[in-house]
Amino acid sequence: MKKLLLLGDETIAQGAIDGGISGIYAYPGTPSTEIMEYVQRSKTAKEENIHRTWSTNEKTAMEAALGMSYAGKRAVVCMKHVGLNVAADPFMNSAITGVNGGLVIVVADDPSMHSSQNEQDSRYYGKFAQIPFFEPSNQQEAYDITREAFRLSEKFNVPVLIRITTRLAHSRYAVQLSEREAQNETSFPQNPKQFILLPSIARNRYKSLLNHQNDFLQAAENSKYNKYIEGEDKSLGIVASGIAFNYLLENYPGGKCPHPVVKISQYPLPKNLLKKLYDETEELLVLEEGYPFIEEQINGLFNYGKPVHGRLDGHLPRDGELNPNLVAKALKINYRQGFDSPDFIANRPPELCPGCGHIDVYNALNEAIKDYGNERVLSDIGCYTLGALPPFNSISSCVDMGASITMAKGVADAGIFPAVAVIGDSTFMHSGITGLIDAVNDNSPITIIILDNSAVAMTGGQPTSGEGRIAEICKAAGVNPEHIRKFVPLRKNHNQMVEVLREELNYKDVSVVIAERECVRVLQRNKKLKKQIVKN
Amino acid sequence: MKKDIVIAGVGGQGILTVAAAIGLAAMEEGYSIKQSEVHGMSQRGGAVISHLRISDKEIYSDLIPEGTADLILGVEPMEAVRYLSFLKSDGWLITNSKPFINIPDYPEHEKLLSFINFLPHSIIVDAEDIAKKIKAPKSSNIVMVGAASPFLDIKKENLEKAIELLFKSKGENIVKSNIEALNAGLEAVSHKV
Repeated sequence: MKKLLLLGDETIAQGAIDGGISGIYAYPGTPSTEIMEYVQRSKTAKEENIHRTWSTNEKTAMEAALGMSYAGKRAVVCMKHVGLNVAADPFMNSAITGVNGGLVIVVADDPSMHSSQNEQDSRYYGKFAQIPFFEPSNQQEAYDITREAFRLSEKFNVPVLIRITTRLAHSRYAVQLSEREAQNETSFPQNPKQFILLPSIARNRYKSLLNHQNDFLQAAENSKYNKYIEGEDKSLGIVASGIAFNYLLENYPGGKCPHPVVKISQYPLPKNLLKKLYDETEELLVLEEGYPFIEEQINGLFNYGKPVHGRLDGHLPRDGELNPNLVAKALKINYRQGFDSPDFIANRPPELCPGCGHIDVYNALNEAIKDYGNERVLSDIGCYTLGALPPFNSISSCVDMGASITMAKGVADAGIFPAVAVIGDSTFMHSGITGLIDAVNDNSPITIIILDNSAVAMTGGQPTSGEGRIAEICKAAGVNPEHIRKFVPLRKNHNQMVEVLREELNYKDVSVVIAERECVRVLQRNKKLKKQIVKN
Repeated sequence: MKKDIVIAGVGGQGILTVAAAIGLAAMEEGYSIKQSEVHGMSQRGGAVISHLRISDKEIYSDLIPEGTADLILGVEPMEAVRYLSFLKSDGWLITNSKPFINIPDYPEHEKLLSFINFLPHSIIVDAEDIAKKIKAPKSSNIVMVGAASPFLDIKKENLEKAIELLFKSKGENIVKSNIEALNAGLEAVSHKV
């Protein structure tokens, strides 16, 4: 079989294709986006007619994947870590229903928050749902584990989670592929009541999940992805999970660590392997990307036993991602310092692209709201969140997908008028519509500015689910059509935009202002594509 | 053989293309590579970095440890200097001279260049000027690949092969002008090596 140079995300996509999936479901989110994008480009996926269009949000993606599993086929659902919060309801309950066709949930965490609002550790979700989960340590393992996850899912009739982090998701390596499996035939679950979570049935299903816990543990104890690696110097034993294992080996020539090591890539935690390490060594050091998930479990509440070092006792930072140098420090290995950068080096934060329509909207909004102040402008997740930075300083919040509308409503409920929400078209489709309905039902005096650039821009310009239908959707949700206004955000329209915004800010019920202009990056990309097509 | 390369620039300058060109050429040569990239928010005009690791042995970490990089390759001079903590004591810093100024507190250009000149092993190349001269103004990133090529231990024909692979879909002319850019970059540093 051939080798391919792939991003960690892409190895998972290739693993899912070769693992015989019939569908992939996802909403774009860094660092998970490239999984779906790879499947969408894949020739095999096209030939095999694998379902591969974007979902409106992570919850709808998770549910559609569960439906495909119900129908007997293998499905994968992919999201960034905070996306699993949105999909948490179907995710948690899928552990109770179990699966029919294999179901794998891939979650890409973003420690250090390169492109995120928090750095939550999805392993807690795996433990919370009490299902088996994986944490591959490199690109090859990511491919092999994706294949294995489907087998395990069908063997134990349970969804399986794969957790990766940014550095694995976005790093390339040549990966060895293996034979592709055929897709499953459609079939309904053998037990017709399996997916009916009425209390009486759910209690039985839950007992069945609990009865499987020991099987999951045994699978992890015997997994080839978990290893006890002998070492002569037993003054220290090291536990390293996921990519932290690579940072450990990086610190020793030829990857030969003198201490015994337990490498972990499959959960629940393999107790026997860890017990052996604990018994044979004097102290433990836990290296893990994310929260102190393993460290806390080894410690227990009081840690009466041997010293256990890691993120909790300051051997490693409590937050942020690891790297080879932080691990060297925890191992008390001296490392070479490079050169010092001069102190005149300035920060270069991300910014809105030149020509972006959001710039024109923020300029107009700042003028229209001058007399009230920008504290009353609530916003959301997307490129336009950069409007919080200078020179705009236009918005005062960014919390979670869709929160601009509902938070503006809360601000209005508290007695502040006017209150404004600024939200992108894709975020509106993802989680804004339900909040709009709340506001309409309460006649909340808020102005919702929808930045409609026909793209999920921040993640690379994927298509949006509401293309060309935003005004219709607002009308159907009950917004007075006279107060659904539109303009084209261009500098030459500045005065008109300010006027429209002023009028709607004064309206004492829900108003929607739609700023309609295509994302400049998507526009440029499409122009280039057209040129290429003409040339070829 | 081991080459650890930090490639630095601003989102949109073609950092990932630089990394891909060198990475593919290294694979052509039979080496292992690991290449980590930045996607997402920083790509909007922010600081962008790629770690490219090339070796004839197994590569563990996706990230280069500080103080061990053989080469910092800058498509923008301030960004190249930002990552000096990665450079080993006898490593090289090779950078484009043209600043990308999208922030108010960008340092004085002269001060920046003289700091770079003062480093033990550094080369400054006016990649944009070179690219303009050969009428390939969009290829200044590939000019920088050429300028770095004497330090890579990779045959030039393999770099050319990689460029062909990368730009094939954009047509023959684009391939040709990028190979020209590679050669012009190499030419620009030949008297300094």
